[in-house]
Amino acid sequence: MAELITYREAVAEGIAREMRRDPDVVCLGEDIGAAGGVFKTTVGLFDEFGAGRVWDTPISEQAIVGAAMGAAMTGMRPVAEIMFSDFLACCWDYLANEIPKVRYMTGGQVTVPLVVRTANGGGLGFGAQHSQSVENWALTVPGLKIVAPSTPADVVGLMASAIRSDDPVVFFEHKGLFASKGAPAPPDHVIPLGKAAVRRSGADVTVVALAATVPLALTAAEELARDGIDVEVIDLRCLIPLDMSTVLESVAKTSRLVVVEENPYQGGWGGTVVSVVAEEGFESLDAPIKRVAAANVPLPFADALEEKVIPTVDKLVAAVRTTVAY
Amino acid sequence: MTNGDRIPPDPEFVQLLDPDGERVEHPDYSVEFTPDEYRGLYRDLVIIRKLDAEATALQRQGELGIWASLLGQEAAQVGAGRALRPQDMAFPTYREHGILHCRGIDPIMPLGLFRGVDQGAWDSQKHKVHMYTIVIGAQTLHATGYAMGITMDGKVGTEDGEAVIAFFGDGATAQGDVNESFVWASVFNAPVVFFCQNNQYAISEPLERQTRVPLFKRASGFGFPGIRVDGNDVLATYAVTKQALDNARLGQGPTMVEAYTYRMGAHTTSDDPTRYRAGSEVEAWRDKDPIKRMRIFLTKAGIADDDFFTQVDDDAAKQAVELRERVLALPDPGPLSIFDNVYPGGSPLLDEQRAQQERYLASFEGGH
Repeated sequence: MAELITYREAVAEGIAREMRRDPDVVCLGEDIGAAGGVFKTTVGLFDEFGAGRVWDTPISEQAIVGAAMGAAMTGMRPVAEIMFSDFLACCWDYLANEIPKVRYMTGGQVTVPLVVRTANGGGLGFGAQHSQSVENWALTVPGLKIVAPSTPADVVGLMASAIRSDDPVVFFEHKGLFASKGAPAPPDHVIPLGKAAVRRSGADVTVVALAATVPLALTAAEELARDGIDVEVIDLRCLIPLDMSTVLESVAKTSRLVVVEENPYQGGWGGTVVSVVAEEGFESLDAPIKRVAAANVPLPFADALEEKVIPTVDKLVAAVRTTVAY
Repeated sequence: MTNGDRIPPDPEFVQLLDPDGERVEHPDYSVEFTPDEYRGLYRDLVIIRKLDAEATALQRQGELGIWASLLGQEAAQVGAGRALRPQDMAFPTYREHGILHCRGIDPIMPLGLFRGVDQGAWDSQKHKVHMYTIVIGAQTLHATGYAMGITMDGKVGTEDGEAVIAFFGDGATAQGDVNESFVWASVFNAPVVFFCQNNQYAISEPLERQTRVPLFKRASGFGFPGIRVDGNDVLATYAVTKQALDNARLGQGPTMVEAYTYRMGAHTTSDDPTRYRAGSEVEAWRDKDPIKRMRIFLTKAGIADDDFFTQVDDDAAKQAVELRERVLALPDPGPLSIFDNVYPGGSPLLDEQRAQQERYLASFEGGH
């Protein structure tokens, strides 16, 4: 068996592969150089590619993302890091008003092929302003693509597609997964954006998950299997493009759907997924759809309380049992 | 991009007490403290360093989630904190434990925050200290708006008027909102002191990645005075900050104070500074220690003796032990507290979620 690598190593590996392949790829962000990133997700890049392509920047999220846009307009492929996804709010004009509209407002003449990478999600007790899952913020903005990988190999394969994309991509790396391990990506590994993965095949109920809720769903599926409940687990991988055909095909088979998402229930991406199923897959359903999402509250600092707010294996297991028992 | 040369200390550096403990005269600034007040400043410095060390130790033992140490910045914080008058309002970052001390806030409050048992919510009106602000630089605009508010309330323009102080670091000066707060404070003549603790690092990134001019000189471009002070000199920091606050309370508008200091420890307990800075640099700054120079001065001036210093050390050690015991005894928050204080009167969806959570917890044997 090949040696396993961590999710955080896969981030650096995914970027490095593209930087080797394409001299136009540059990185910028706070503490990404000599320090190797506060989450150690850029370790080795500064040594390999130097200060000319790995830019340690002053603390200004607006400048990091705004300058990435300008650099992208010159034909570079910037990979900008916003340390915590919560701080996307600090550069929201660029992400919501500027970057996603460039192609549209120039009549397709100008593209900004950039990636904004950011550490997303909770489970580590970082409190209300450093733990949020904010992939649903980006989901409200047409023009952005959204990637949120769940395994180290996917990190590499989706990073390749994200960097090669001519459209802007927000790449959510889940903080709770950084230490997780998986098989390394094979050479030239490229996963197209907008293609979900069926992580576990099952006949009784479809569970749709993303990023850290994928391993959570797989654990829940194992527990439910002991009671004879056969769960199919779908890893969306991307929210835009959103692979609804994989979800609809699965629901056509299982007739039951549970969505497990870490962003808040209010405005969470699960609402979009289930609305499509309600519109296009209603006749497949034998039970009401369930959503397991974060509570509509800011995230508490306390570990014990954070668990109460965000999805857990127990909460998902309970939701699946309810759906199956309907 | 390449790193520039380190910016040398600027000659425009107000200092009243040099690293060797010698009193230095300055044409514009002086202090007149009673012996008790001098000893009080020393006591402040020692106590906040000791409590800070205790907090770092608690984090290392897994009792706090994270801690942002103030080690090395004691004089900047005590100088500024003691220059504040009771009516003045402070807007801190997450490292201003010394300011909290000066404002009479129980040190258990920030430790409760970083232990995660509550949100560290001290009474900001009673103590006139806003909550710790974690998102870099945001508090400078809060301070500016507050300063505009007290101006509209007619609380500015007399010798007993109110003033506002905003704390931030060298790294924050790159943020848009900090620069925007400078513009606003300037054009609205807001009674706010922008107190920048230049501790030379924004996590791993040195000062030359933040600025190519001395930070205090930025103020002139915005139309208000800026001044650099030796941030390891509690006397000079006090004198400069007091003057800036008095100007603000009299209605003369904002001032930027750059307290030139050094972050002797890590950015936070999650950081390892050996990855990006040389030990020799840290050692050079150790010679400029803010407590050491005060001790030499107090001894030579006959204001304090070894008995006093021993007593202060003992008191600090005792407070640290008490603080540790109190931290370990902090009760865990109740599970339903997650729904508190999201909206003032609840909300239909939230009320439903709370009820759902209550039912869920009650479904376990013996309840929760």
